[in-house]
Amino acid sequence: MKFNLLSRVAMTTAVATLAFSGAAFAQQEAPTTFAITHAKIFTLAGAPVDDGVLVIKDGKISAVGTNVDVPAGAQVIDGKGLQVYPGLFDPVTQIGLSEISAVSATVDTTETGMINPDVVAADAVLPSSDHIPVTRAAGITEVLAVPASGGFDSRGNSNLLGGQASAIHLAGWTINDMLIKKSVAMVIDWPTIDTESFDFTTFSRKQKPYSEAKQEYDKQVDELSDWLDNARHYAVAWGHGGPAEYQRDLKLEALVPVIRGELPVLVFASRAREIRAAVEFCDKQKIKMILAGGAESYKVKDLLRSKNIPVILQPTLTEPLDEDDPYDRSLSTAAELADAHVKFAFGSFDNSFARRLGQQAANAVAHGLAYDEALKAVTIYPAQIFGLSDQLGTLENGKIANIIVTNGDPLELTTDVRYLFIKGQLMSTRNKHQELYEKYLNRPKAK
Amino acid sequence: MNRRTVVILAATLAVILAVTTSKLFAAQPAAAPEAAPITLIQNATILTVSHGTIEHGSILIKDGKIAEVGESVKAPKDAQVIDANGQFVMPGIVDCHSHIAIDGDVNEGSISVSSIANTADVLNPEDVDIYRDLAGGVTVANILHGSANPIGGQTVVIKLRWGQPASKLPFEGALPGIKFALGENPKHSNFGGRGREARYPATRMGVEETIRGAFSEARDYKAKWDDYNKRSAAGEKNLITPRRDLRLDPLVEVLEGKRYVHSHCYREDEILMLLRVAKEFGFKVRTLQHVLEGYKVADELAAAGVGASTFSDWWSYKEEAWNAIPYNAALMTRRGVVVSINSDDAEEATHLNQEAAKTIKFGGLSHDEALKLVTLNPAIQLGIDKRVGTIDTGKDADLVIYNHDPLSAYAVVQKTFIDGRVLFDRQKDLGDRPNLEKEKKALIEKEKKEQKDDKKSDAKPGDKKPDEKPKPQGDAVVLGGVL
Repeated sequence: MKFNLLSRVAMTTAVATLAFSGAAFAQQEAPTTFAITHAKIFTLAGAPVDDGVLVIKDGKISAVGTNVDVPAGAQVIDGKGLQVYPGLFDPVTQIGLSEISAVSATVDTTETGMINPDVVAADAVLPSSDHIPVTRAAGITEVLAVPASGGFDSRGNSNLLGGQASAIHLAGWTINDMLIKKSVAMVIDWPTIDTESFDFTTFSRKQKPYSEAKQEYDKQVDELSDWLDNARHYAVAWGHGGPAEYQRDLKLEALVPVIRGELPVLVFASRAREIRAAVEFCDKQKIKMILAGGAESYKVKDLLRSKNIPVILQPTLTEPLDEDDPYDRSLSTAAELADAHVKFAFGSFDNSFARRLGQQAANAVAHGLAYDEALKAVTIYPAQIFGLSDQLGTLENGKIANIIVTNGDPLELTTDVRYLFIKGQLMSTRNKHQELYEKYLNRPKAK
Repeated sequence: MNRRTVVILAATLAVILAVTTSKLFAAQPAAAPEAAPITLIQNATILTVSHGTIEHGSILIKDGKIAEVGESVKAPKDAQVIDANGQFVMPGIVDCHSHIAIDGDVNEGSISVSSIANTADVLNPEDVDIYRDLAGGVTVANILHGSANPIGGQTVVIKLRWGQPASKLPFEGALPGIKFALGENPKHSNFGGRGREARYPATRMGVEETIRGAFSEARDYKAKWDDYNKRSAAGEKNLITPRRDLRLDPLVEVLEGKRYVHSHCYREDEILMLLRVAKEFGFKVRTLQHVLEGYKVADELAAAGVGASTFSDWWSYKEEAWNAIPYNAALMTRRGVVVSINSDDAEEATHLNQEAAKTIKFGGLSHDEALKLVTLNPAIQLGIDKRVGTIDTGKDADLVIYNHDPLSAYAVVQKTFIDGRVLFDRQKDLGDRPNLEKEKKALIEKEKKEQKDDKKSDAKPGDKKPDEKPKPQGDAVVLGGVL
């Protein structure tokens, strides 16, 4: 079994690598200047441009509009009948950290123990992950790799302080090529008051009284509070003299940007009770909060708006939390947040289903969200929320050329991505799935 | 107060207050269904699935059946008219792999052959997932046992008749099934260990032997009964009746073609393994479920005449799903396999129309071919295609009205009909919400007050203490046995 597994992994990796290196050899002689002409360009920074031209030069967008000259030597892509958008941005994934959820040897999402602020996603992102080309083919050009963020099969692991999320391009030979920003948020998995728990050693559910569960919850919140307080003391000691004056502590050191307000915390919470507690906590600690998940964020939308806390919303295609919730509860939350002027972005919270990001957004439109808002919630809004909007999220001069050219609405199920640029490079949309499809499409008829 | 309110509120209060509320919610008997009204759906874009799309068409529903469908249909005067305003009507979605409406866990995982268990015995008509899936256009579901055993429990096909008692859910005349499972789940790859005792089988070889062993027994058992029946019919006296074996009875039904085999599987090798075993014992595999590597052996599936029921785009959640591709449904279709797309999940079931649409992108199926994956094809796989799966005269009036083309992520179900009755109506659902909220608040207030009063009376000296609450049970559950 082990050998079998290894050879299967090796085989598929080899296929992916071949596809990738094919594109990369071309890269050495590839032009650095591109012009997409006669396309409808959705800049998301103004009205769409009909029959427009977009010029890419040295990795950046250098011109967008109708009266734009195509530079000499540019590779021209005829965009007649096609549409141009910023690449999609998925702000919660485990991409690069996990290949096969149920095979622990391939999973590096969640550290053991509760306090891991010093672990950083970028240190373990696998650039040749098979998830990258598959996700890219869905028009997603950049993601956050988020430690301790669950996924399809997280086996109940959770951290109080889960580590630092990294923003990465979905292309590159090494993490250096891929990196947008190494540390964009500190993950906090907000504790819950659980009267029921699952015991893996006996494989049974265990119940405990509310008072006991509440006590455990308070203890965890206190622990979080202590760590931040200690980080403050540590920062003071750090500011007063060299290493001789204090013992270096990597965990506290990692928390210093948080208590200084330089690094936001990405707080995973579902229920209104926990969201309120987290908001109050971050307010008191004077740290910058981004909510992740937010199943009941609609119940606290005014609070979120008043505190300017953005939300990375759980997938819209999620069963409602409670039996008596309206059947479309998860589908209409995005529209409610938008109406309340809460800034939000869609996230897949997963690798396997990252390619459903557009579908998630479209379903929110079907349940009341304005289409333009949905488009922004998978492009410019996540960029704004993580402080990357000066580089990404719209098609404007000077921004990194992460661009998709499609034959229709990028949120619709049947739309194809025809061309895809990352950092101004024309990338292949081929992937493991397409390779296997072609291989078996061409299988001779069995006798 | 309608039935749904009672169910939902009871559950909520139980959670919020953790008290017994049975005195408030005495079970109401299900009302006997009234005769379905004569209904005309007019001015609709009708996706018949069997004979193309009819623009501005009409459907006449009578006695729960489709009485007429076409461009112009004459309706009796007393017909209730629904103007679809150009909206889309398609056949109700048939979900070939579901675990909704099962009371409790879906896996009897303690034994390798759990054919004694039957999902039909534990149907819960008040499971809210029935309503939610109706709201996603599903009208029929194949209610399967879990996948923890090479030979799992017996299965039942139901109609999502929300509001009716359990006895009214089974699809009349649909052949019952039995769940088989191959690969990681029956060999407990992903949830064994951790202090649990290993259970045979632990390899794919053992999975094969478990199935062969069970069918060897079933064949001998059947021979005993055949012999007995023959001699008994011939008038022989003083015969000893063979001992009844509840475990083997369903397997004999499989051998006799009276029960369908629905087998969970992933990898190409195990798929062919099961087909070999089936050939050895002379039974048919009706559907392969998940069958994520079915595209690798599509010719073999087509030759064996076995149906394939798969996911749209799930992959990489376990090793045996590592080579899953979203082109699977299209590739198998192109090689002549009858393919359906299923949910295996109450939420996924609410957008199977969208999941079917993905095959247009991944593999280039036509609009009609994509629609068939969630309507006619699963109906064929379950042997109920004479009753449901297309919009044709004489078929059950199981229909869904969408506000857009259902193969779009922007389409929302407006109404779902089963047997000619509207069992989901979006406008009605939206309209009922304020009253439901009010009722819920009032009930919570009432319960709080009663609790307060109880506390007061408890405080009186001399009163006996309230009964000790029963200790919560440590239910043993098996995780991960569904996918």
